[in-house]
Amino acid sequence: MKLQTITASVFTMVLIACSPSAPPAAKEEAPAAIAPASGRDHIKIVGSSTLYPFATTVAENFGRTTSFKTPVVESTGSGGGLKLFCAGTGEQHPDITNASRRIKSSEVERCAENGISEIIEVKIGYDGIVLANSRKSPKMNITLQELFLALAKDILDAENTLKPNPYDKWSQINPDLPDIRIEVMGPPPTSGTRDAFVELAMEGGCKTFDWVKALKKTDKPAYKSLCHTIREDGAYIEAGENDNLLVQKLNANPKAFGIFGYSFLDQNFDSIQGSSINSVDAELENIADGSYPVSRSLYFYVKKAHIGQTPGIQEYITEFLSEKASGEEGYLVDRGLIPMHEDERGQWKEKVKNLAILSLE
Amino acid sequence: MPEHSLTSSAQLKARHGRETRFRWMGRIAILLSLGFLVFMFVAIGMRGSSAFSQTRILLQINFDEQILDPQAKRDPAQLALANYKPLITKALKQLFPEVTKRRDQRRLGRLLSNGAAFELADMAAKDPQLIGTTRDIWLTASADVDMLIKGKVDLGVEENLRRLKDTELSWIRKLQDNGHIKKKFNSAFFTKGDSREPEMSGIFGAMVGSFFSLLVCFVIAFPMGVLTAIYLEEFAKKSFITNIIEVNINNLAAVPSIVFGLLGLSIFLGVMNLPRSTPLVGGLVLALMTLPTIIIASRAALRSVPNTLREAALGLGASKVQTTFHHTVPAAMPGMLTGAVIGMAGALGETAPLLMIGMVAFIVDVPQGITDIATSLPVQIFLWADSPEKGFVERTSAAILVLLAFLIAMNLTAVILRKKFEKKW
Repeated sequence: MKLQTITASVFTMVLIACSPSAPPAAKEEAPAAIAPASGRDHIKIVGSSTLYPFATTVAENFGRTTSFKTPVVESTGSGGGLKLFCAGTGEQHPDITNASRRIKSSEVERCAENGISEIIEVKIGYDGIVLANSRKSPKMNITLQELFLALAKDILDAENTLKPNPYDKWSQINPDLPDIRIEVMGPPPTSGTRDAFVELAMEGGCKTFDWVKALKKTDKPAYKSLCHTIREDGAYIEAGENDNLLVQKLNANPKAFGIFGYSFLDQNFDSIQGSSINSVDAELENIADGSYPVSRSLYFYVKKAHIGQTPGIQEYITEFLSEKASGEEGYLVDRGLIPMHEDERGQWKEKVKNLAILSLE
Repeated sequence: MPEHSLTSSAQLKARHGRETRFRWMGRIAILLSLGFLVFMFVAIGMRGSSAFSQTRILLQINFDEQILDPQAKRDPAQLALANYKPLITKALKQLFPEVTKRRDQRRLGRLLSNGAAFELADMAAKDPQLIGTTRDIWLTASADVDMLIKGKVDLGVEENLRRLKDTELSWIRKLQDNGHIKKKFNSAFFTKGDSREPEMSGIFGAMVGSFFSLLVCFVIAFPMGVLTAIYLEEFAKKSFITNIIEVNINNLAAVPSIVFGLLGLSIFLGVMNLPRSTPLVGGLVLALMTLPTIIIASRAALRSVPNTLREAALGLGASKVQTTFHHTVPAAMPGMLTGAVIGMAGALGETAPLLMIGMVAFIVDVPQGITDIATSLPVQIFLWADSPEKGFVERTSAAILVLLAFLIAMNLTAVILRKKFEKKW
């Protein structure tokens, strides 16, 4: 009977499938690979999605040009990465975490609780967050204060009382701004880019009001909720973080603006343009020297205890800070990284060479 | 004629009208959904199909022994690590003797992919005899050139806004005139793992990852699901407890998949300490997810086997186990397999639970077994969609096409199994 053959073949399939999966399949070991002390032969990296394009580029080059295995990079977000990083030492925990912001003291404490007292900090460069639109529309020049007024949930009126954001069009904030509806697509609250945008752009614009500055001293929670809350009435659209679809959406809708990392602007210069903020253009030089107001530093953190356990960690760091990677003409700059100045990179190289331990003074 | 005649009353007209309206609404609904489906296929197909070809540039490469293997050892491991960039630079210099400035020469080098040197390395490592010879080799062009040749770059834009400047365009034109630049079938897309360079990236690593995950999923979920269904349907007595179990299984089928990911994170990674980011854990999580589907489908299949079959077997003296495994289960097998295949097709398209267990990662090497780190097809799509490089836009769509092809193939298998072996009782 045909059906019986099927039944039989299915169960044999299951049996066959079972047998090779019981012992882990033999792995081809690269002949020159150094035997790992801890049982893991590749570096494990977690962390920020902003650094993901950079870390993966370095990882790939590192894997191709050395006898070490290609490191594995997981995109977990800065906060998620540090959480995994601080969970403990040993084979199953990552060696390195990428962060698009500096590690917080609470995270250092958490690490210490789990026996990770020695962390090496490596700064790799800068990133700018841009407000961009399609080249089909004119370029916008906006101040941080205007940006805050456009995107905050609550704002102050002339009598300094809180009220929901009344602005519908950019031109209502400042007649020089375009006469179109406020429509900004940006990252969701889980994203590090959103955190940085809120902290640098929103809070930066918010602080320009004297009344708010005074509030910071008297009532910090109220200050935070005022400056950090983005409007939810449809003017700000959560559109996924660092998404190349966002670029396509901007092209399809020239009236909309998008918020994302500089690397996306860099890769799509022919179709989208970054708005000037406080009259400073979103350009590499301006972000590198800090004159562009919405820029941040990028870091990664290394467990010192894993150096010597997982092969290749030090070499990976060296590759990352090398001239050909994060130097001013390096391959990471092609990917949109904003490089550190020569001297600064030299200082970090020196620090890392001495395995200087992080301390948040 | 009476006022309420059946043939021509206003009431009848209204009833007919209602029917016609309903028919048309149904037709429009079907047309609309078909339209959306066609639109989706055409949009993805148009964007993705270009990824199946890849621009290549023909260069005359001299595998210079002095540069690659000065000690003439011909050791493949060493050859793989040698620096092949100078060979490409030299070959380009021959083709473009007029380019003399260093800055321009660097830009000239960027016409080729960063990975081109690695292609040479792979060739030399595979065949050390190449060293010392001169060959014509088609090397992968950079993504910028690729996009240009595929007509995806708007040349009407001002020069300083374009990624390719006018000098580069003139070089490319010269290559085109000499027949040194060509679009070829992109076999690397189906044989390589992920890469940071769009032109060097392939989907094979993700395909293998998906295959291993589904293998683990099938090996665990299918026997367990089928045996559970057989027990519940054939052996268990209807009681309060079996009722609870039944309700729970039905509920589990509707639980969002991310919840299974969280479960996998805490149990498989947290308690059992299985290796993170591997198809083993991915398959286990997917198995948990597909188990309810398989159980429900298998029970339905068993229920559709007529009781007369069981009674006949029992009447001839077969035991309960013999009846079940010799007669009922074989008769229900097509239905069970269909359920399993549909469950697996669902698992193939799943990303959310894999996110939790670390399979969303940049992995270059193609996994060799179920305990190697790996990603899966939908995860690869997700990762490429997140990349800023323009070249990944077409890769994303092409990967979606591949995933769709697999899904259609699996669902087709289910349909064929059902059509071919299903019995009408």
